[in-house]
Amino acid sequence: MLEIRNLSAGVGGRQILKGLDLSVQAGEVHAIMGPNGSGKSTLAQVLAGRADYEVTSGSVTFNGASLLELKPEERARAGVFLAFQYPVEIPGVNSTVFLKAALNECRKARGEQELDAVEFLAVVKKKTALLELDPALLNRAVNEGFSGGEKKRNEIFQMAVLEPRLAILDETDSGLDIDALKIVSAGVNKLRRPDNATLVITHYQRLLNYIVPDRVHVLVRGQIVKSGGKELALELEERGYDWILEDPASNGKP
Amino acid sequence: MTDTLAPTDRKPAHAPFFGGALGPGPAWLQSLRQKARGRLDEIGFPTTDQEEWRFTNVAPLLQWPLHPAEPASRRIGPADIEPFRLAGDGYCLVFVNGRFRPELSTLPRPGAHVQAGSLRAQWNGGAPEWEKHLARHAGCDSNFFTALNTASFEDGAFVFAPPNAAVGQPVQLLYLAASDRPGAAVHPRNLIVADGGSSLKVIETYASLTEAPHLTNAVTELALGPGAHVEHGKLQNENERAFHIATVQAVQGADSHWLSHSIATGARLARNQIQTLLNARGAEAVLNGLYLARGEQLTDHHTLIDHAQPHCQSHEFYYGILAGRSHGVFNGKILVRQDAQKTNAKQTNRNLVLSESALIDTKPQLEIFADDVKCTHGATVGQLNAEALFYLRSRGIGAALARRMLVRAFANDAVERVTLAPARERLEKLLTEWFEGLDFPLSSHD
Repeated sequence: MLEIRNLSAGVGGRQILKGLDLSVQAGEVHAIMGPNGSGKSTLAQVLAGRADYEVTSGSVTFNGASLLELKPEERARAGVFLAFQYPVEIPGVNSTVFLKAALNECRKARGEQELDAVEFLAVVKKKTALLELDPALLNRAVNEGFSGGEKKRNEIFQMAVLEPRLAILDETDSGLDIDALKIVSAGVNKLRRPDNATLVITHYQRLLNYIVPDRVHVLVRGQIVKSGGKELALELEERGYDWILEDPASNGKP
Repeated sequence: MTDTLAPTDRKPAHAPFFGGALGPGPAWLQSLRQKARGRLDEIGFPTTDQEEWRFTNVAPLLQWPLHPAEPASRRIGPADIEPFRLAGDGYCLVFVNGRFRPELSTLPRPGAHVQAGSLRAQWNGGAPEWEKHLARHAGCDSNFFTALNTASFEDGAFVFAPPNAAVGQPVQLLYLAASDRPGAAVHPRNLIVADGGSSLKVIETYASLTEAPHLTNAVTELALGPGAHVEHGKLQNENERAFHIATVQAVQGADSHWLSHSIATGARLARNQIQTLLNARGAEAVLNGLYLARGEQLTDHHTLIDHAQPHCQSHEFYYGILAGRSHGVFNGKILVRQDAQKTNAKQTNRNLVLSESALIDTKPQLEIFADDVKCTHGATVGQLNAEALFYLRSRGIGAALARRMLVRAFANDAVERVTLAPARERLEKLLTEWFEGLDFPLSSHD
C-alpha cells in the first residue's frame, strides 16, 4: 500500500530525513519509534503534504500513485489521513460544517454519493459514540476551546468519519490520560480493516499496549536503523534508544 | 491654515457642488443651512495634507461634472427593491436617487408604536423632536461633507420612537442609486430619535442599480434618550465606481445603549465617520465594523467615541479584509474628557490582508484627560493562518474552499454581533457573494 524509498527531506535548509525506506501492506499496523528530533514528525508531515518541508530525494508510492506529486487535499481524498500531534484551533469555522465538507470531498473522490445534512448527522452520531466524544463539541469551532484530550479524540473521530486507507497517528498518545488512551486505542482498533493500514508514530511504548503493531521501526537521525516485531517496542521501553546507536547490527538498513 | 494658500482667483470649495445651493425647508432650517454653507469655504475641500484625510484622496470625485441626481431614468418597481429588502415584517422606507418613494415603501400605520417617514413630511409643523434634533448633533465645524450635506440635503428619513415604545419591527432605510449619467450626487439625511426607555432597530442600506459612478454623501443623526436601546446598522454595497461618504453621529443619554454596525463592501472610495457622544452617566456603545475591499477599492473608517461623562462604556470591534490592490484605513479615536471618570473603553482593530498589493493604515488615537479610567486598544494586521489552511486541506478540502472558509471565519465575530436576524441573513448573503468573487492568487505552495 505504502512504499517509501530512500526518502530525504528537510525544512528551512536543514536535512532531517536521510534516505528513509519503509513498506506498509494493507491490513497492517506499523509503529515508528525514535528519540526526540529523529524525524518522526517530519515523516508524518511530509506524507501529509506540508509545503514547508522540502523533499530532496526519494519516492513515496501510495496504492500505485506517486504521493509526493499530490496536493494535501488530493492525498486526503486518496485516503491518507494524518492525526496531528498538535491539532490546530480554527476559530470561526464550525466543526460540523468543516467535517461535512471534508467527508463529501472524500466521498466524491471515491465515487460515492455526497451525504445530505440528515445522513451526515447519522454518521456523526455513530462515530462520536465510538470515540465517546460529546457531540456538543461539534457545535463549536474546530478544536476551539477543546482540552488536550478532546483534541486528540477529535482527531480520531475525524478519522472514523473519513475512513482513510492509511492513517498516520502522530504522537496521538501524548497528553492523554490512561482512560482517554484506552478510548482512542479502542477506536483505532475498531476502525482496522483488511484494506486499511495504520502508521503509529510514538515516543513511548505505552500506546502499543493497546494498538498492537505488526512491525516496529526505530527511526534515528532520519533513517530507520532497526525493525522488528512488537517485542522490539518493549525492549526499547526497557533499554532506551542508546543501545541501538551502539549496536553494530543496526547500522545498516533493516 | 487656509489663509496661507488663498490665491485670489481660487474658486469657492463648494463650487463643484452646484454652487452650494441650499436645500428646502422652514426658516430655522434655512438658517442652519446657511451657516453650514458658510463653513464650506473655511474648511475647504479635503486634501491629503489634512491629517483627517491623509490616506484618503477624494480629489477623483471632482473628475465628473457633479450634478444633483435626477429622477431615475427608468421605472423602478418592487422587483428592483426586492433583492435589497430585509426579509420579514419590518418597515422599509425606499429612496431612489434621494427621492422618497412611498408607493415602494412599507410604512407604519398612523398610531403605531413608531413614526417613520420622510423628513420632508415634517417640513411644516412636524413632531417637535425633529426641530430639536435635526442638524443639532452632526458637527459642521470641521467636516466638509457633513456641512455640505447640511446645506444641501433634499430629503431623508425621520424615525421616532416615543417614550417607552418597544418597537418590534425593524425599520429599513433603503437608498438606491439609479442614474446612468456619471456624477449624480445625493445627500441623504436621516434623523433617528429614540425617546427615553424606548427600543428601536434601524438598518440603512445603500446600493446601486446601475454601474455609473455616483456620489452618496449621507449624514445620520441619532438621539438616544435615557435608557433607550438602539441597534443601528449601515450596510453599504454601492457599485465599485461610486464614492460613498457618510457620517453617523449618535448622542446618548443616561444608561442608553447603542449597538452600531458599519458594514462596507462597496464603492470605489468609501469613507465612514461613525461617532458617538456618551453624554450622560451609564451610557454604553458597542461599535461593530466590517470592511471588505478588493480591486482598487479604498475603504476608510474614522470612528470617534467621545466619553464626556463618568461611568460610560464603549466596546469597539472593527475588522477588515483587504484583497487585490485595495487600501483600508482605520482611525479609531477615543476621547475621555476630564469629567469622564470610571470610563471603560476597549478598542480592537483586526485586519486580514490577502494579497501583497493590498494595504492597511490603522491608527488608534486615545486622548485621555481623566485619571481613573480603563482604556485598552489593539490593532493587528495578518494573513491567513498557514497551519489552519494546511489542516483543512489535509482533510480533503481544496485550497480555494479552505481559504474562503478561513476568510469567512475571520468575519464571523462581526456577523454574530448583528442581533437583528434579517439583517444578519442579508449580511451572510452579501459575504458569500463577496467571497465567491474573491480571486485568490495561488502561491507556489499550491
